Amino acid sequence: MEKLFKQINQTIMAELRDGECLGLGFGGEQSAFTRINAAKVRQIGNVDEADLGFNLILNGRRATGSISLSGDLDEDLSRARGELQRLRTEVVQLPEDPYLVLPESKETSRSEKHGNLPDAEAIPGILLPAMGNVDLTGIWASGRVYQGSANSSGGYHWFASDSFSLDYSLITPSEKMVKATYAGTEWDQAAYEAFLADSITKLELMSLPPKKIEPGDYRTFIAAAGVSDILSMFSWGGVSEAAIRQSESCLGKMRNEKVKLSSLFSFSEDYSSGFAPRFNGNGEVAPEKTTLIDGGELTNTLVSTRTAKEYGVESNFASEGESMRAPSMAAGSLKESEILASLGTGVYLSNLHYLNWSDMIGGRITGMTRYACFWVEDGKIVAPIENMRFDDSIYSFLGENLEAVTEKLQINPDVGTYDGRELSAVVCPGMLLKSFSLTL
Amino acid sequence: MDLHQLLSGIDVRADWIGLRYVKENTGFRLVRDGKPEANTRESKQGVMVEVLVNGQFAYYGTSRLDKPGIQAAAERAVKLATAASKYSLHSFGTDARPVAKGSYSSPFQTAADAFSPGELSDLLIKATAELKVSDKVVTTNAMARTVETESHFVASNGSDVEQKYLMVSADYSAIAHEGSVTQKRTDGGLLAKSYQAGMEVFNEADVLARCRNIGAEAVELLTAEECPTGTMDLILAPDQMMLQIHESVGHALEIDRILGDERNYAGWSFVRLEDFGKLQYGSPLMNITFDPYVENQFASYAYDDGGLKAEKEFLIKDGLLIRGLGGMESQLRSGINGVANFRASSWNRAPIDRMANLNLEPGNSTQDEMIAAVERGVYMTSNRSWSIDDYRNKFQFGCEYGKLIENGKLTKTVKNPNYRAISNPFWRSLKMLGNRDTFEVYGTPFCGKGEPNQIIRVGHASPLCLFDSVEIFGGA
Repeated sequence: MEKLFKQINQTIMAELRDGECLGLGFGGEQSAFTRINAAKVRQIGNVDEADLGFNLILNGRRATGSISLSGDLDEDLSRARGELQRLRTEVVQLPEDPYLVLPESKETSRSEKHGNLPDAEAIPGILLPAMGNVDLTGIWASGRVYQGSANSSGGYHWFASDSFSLDYSLITPSEKMVKATYAGTEWDQAAYEAFLADSITKLELMSLPPKKIEPGDYRTFIAAAGVSDILSMFSWGGVSEAAIRQSESCLGKMRNEKVKLSSLFSFSEDYSSGFAPRFNGNGEVAPEKTTLIDGGELTNTLVSTRTAKEYGVESNFASEGESMRAPSMAAGSLKESEILASLGTGVYLSNLHYLNWSDMIGGRITGMTRYACFWVEDGKIVAPIENMRFDDSIYSFLGENLEAVTEKLQINPDVGTYDGRELSAVVCPGMLLKSFSLTL
Repeated sequence: MDLHQLLSGIDVRADWIGLRYVKENTGFRLVRDGKPEANTRESKQGVMVEVLVNGQFAYYGTSRLDKPGIQAAAERAVKLATAASKYSLHSFGTDARPVAKGSYSSPFQTAADAFSPGELSDLLIKATAELKVSDKVVTTNAMARTVETESHFVASNGSDVEQKYLMVSADYSAIAHEGSVTQKRTDGGLLAKSYQAGMEVFNEADVLARCRNIGAEAVELLTAEECPTGTMDLILAPDQMMLQIHESVGHALEIDRILGDERNYAGWSFVRLEDFGKLQYGSPLMNITFDPYVENQFASYAYDDGGLKAEKEFLIKDGLLIRGLGGMESQLRSGINGVANFRASSWNRAPIDRMANLNLEPGNSTQDEMIAAVERGVYMTSNRSWSIDDYRNKFQFGCEYGKLIENGKLTKTVKNPNYRAISNPFWRSLKMLGNRDTFEVYGTPFCGKGEPNQIIRVGHASPLCLFDSVEIFGGA
């Protein structure tokens, strides 16, 4: 794939006319999917696809586009030339863009991570027998993901990574569930079977009779997977500098009214884990770590070069949408072995579901508890709870009601596949809250 | 590209082979505060090769469209199906892919190329100027999205279906700010005005008038009272009913969810197979139809991606659940009557059960009669927040704009209106249903489901609805 990208890049860049600036972006994947229901194969297939993105700038105007690539150089060069011509015809008709960013980065990088992945045809045979009679539903995804960036100033980046993930739910006959994700780059059959067996052991806890709890405020522990969902909300009306400037951010209060969160809450964009490439669509390379919230204070936001130009601030080379690509929350001091004792009596939430801002400007989030969530009394798990709706403000549960943060960090891989297989992961601990509002 | 020739050239042993070619151009233009933010077009094309071997379907999606590429994809799909057939959840026959022959073209008055990029940009710039009705409006956005799709499905059983669509979505929004209060108003909810239509949607006089109203309502909300808290009557406008139908009826009736396929992602359903024909889902006023032929509605079509011919069907009749949202695979697995809704988001995904046009049929009440019937309640319009549990029971939705109803009259404007309830009791509390005059058609390009994930377009239409005794509340 890199050879194809390089050949198209060299050819198209050589055909640019005076005054034209061009950025090219490459995205592709060779993926194997197996969808599982009741520990059987529901659907199975492979997808090979690649796209080439164009960012053409001429006389202060910009037009962008993308095309599917076939893998055949002649065919793809023909499509690329056609797209460039379409953009040339369009760009002269568009209004001037005062905030456009010229693709001027000359930086280069290259990263290829090779793994050991099973063949697509072998996947049912290596996954399903170990499931035995357990009711397991989920998705296997594996293969290579590619990202590339090049521009007419000579900048060039290439990132390719092999990976696999089995994201699954285990379900009891009474419909209680446990969620887990087994992911990596080197397939290890024994390690997989041990991981799965551990999940099945956890499922046994769910066979206790469920407890129905009433709406109210409860002492609550949210495990790392649930915290990961909360942190992901900051990509939508959160840490974006443009969103704050345009009054569409939950963090507006922190910027404009100097409101602080708990000193226990620190949050960064941190690429040191290596899951996601540091270069953005313009080929700009973000710092390895940008602290966003430090000890409860908003210290930085994600700033794209476009936003920097509009508002006269410094870019930290965020993507154009200023969403997080490598979110990471700092660990605390609560030991894993002390979580239940510290919680005392309250609810233990392993996972959350379907989060949304119920009042974005006010910082209020609603969502559901899901999977292994328990009622805890005097530091002991008593029963799984029936799913509850929560509705609470980050200025409360990440503020004065944040009591402790675990010392252990968990890597939560993003197994999303809407726009192709995601590369990122959320690194975060669990959180103990003095109070959390359950509403329905 | 000759899909028939590619199909006839495939040399593999399979009980059924299908090729589904999709080419889709999605144009998107966004203007913020009079300046261009985005002028882009995404062009995607590829072929989904699907085979049936030993009762197991397998697929291979490829953007390589020549004969060797399709042959290689078919060979790999056969290997996958053969390997997986030892572990099949269900052994399918060829009846899962009925023979289909036909075509569909979506209706439009003005072709996509009738507006040049410059003309459409100019209109959007004017729209943002109209949205800024005062200095209190701090951000204005105007967006236009056009999608041109061609799909061609051929199969070894003789199926041959060509469908072409032109779809247009638009949205205009204003954010107003004063002191510590910020409020946003859109054109009926983000991209809720999504239709199978042409560029006639961008009638300048109509667009600019709507923008002035959107801007004025955003400013009006700055000084509005907070929505009251309490249990009271709720009138929902059709643009919020779109979301209500989608989340608390549509997803709950998807047969693949009921069969458990989605339990690791979107979730299960409180509806069980044995509920069909028995469950009183809502009040007797409630009639829900799957209707693929509503003029200009966003998800109209003639055949689904499995080749099943699309027909209008009642899913809920007089409040009683009678039919599910399931294509042929789900119907064969469950024995429940379904509809032609086995759909894929594009060439690179396998079809699953999706909503298409799912509508609440109108009743007999006028808007005035419905408001007059409320002693104390809230009218809400335009969705801004949505969340529901994995069984599609406990939901909480929020709207942009509300009006207090007191003693049968609309009185004060209220901000941050929200409500929460549980699906069946909520629908059983439907006590008045607007007539055809209150019936409005909406759609959204953004319904997410499936593993691997898929975003698909759906349409929903509804009259005005009055619900009894709902838990209502305001903002933070």
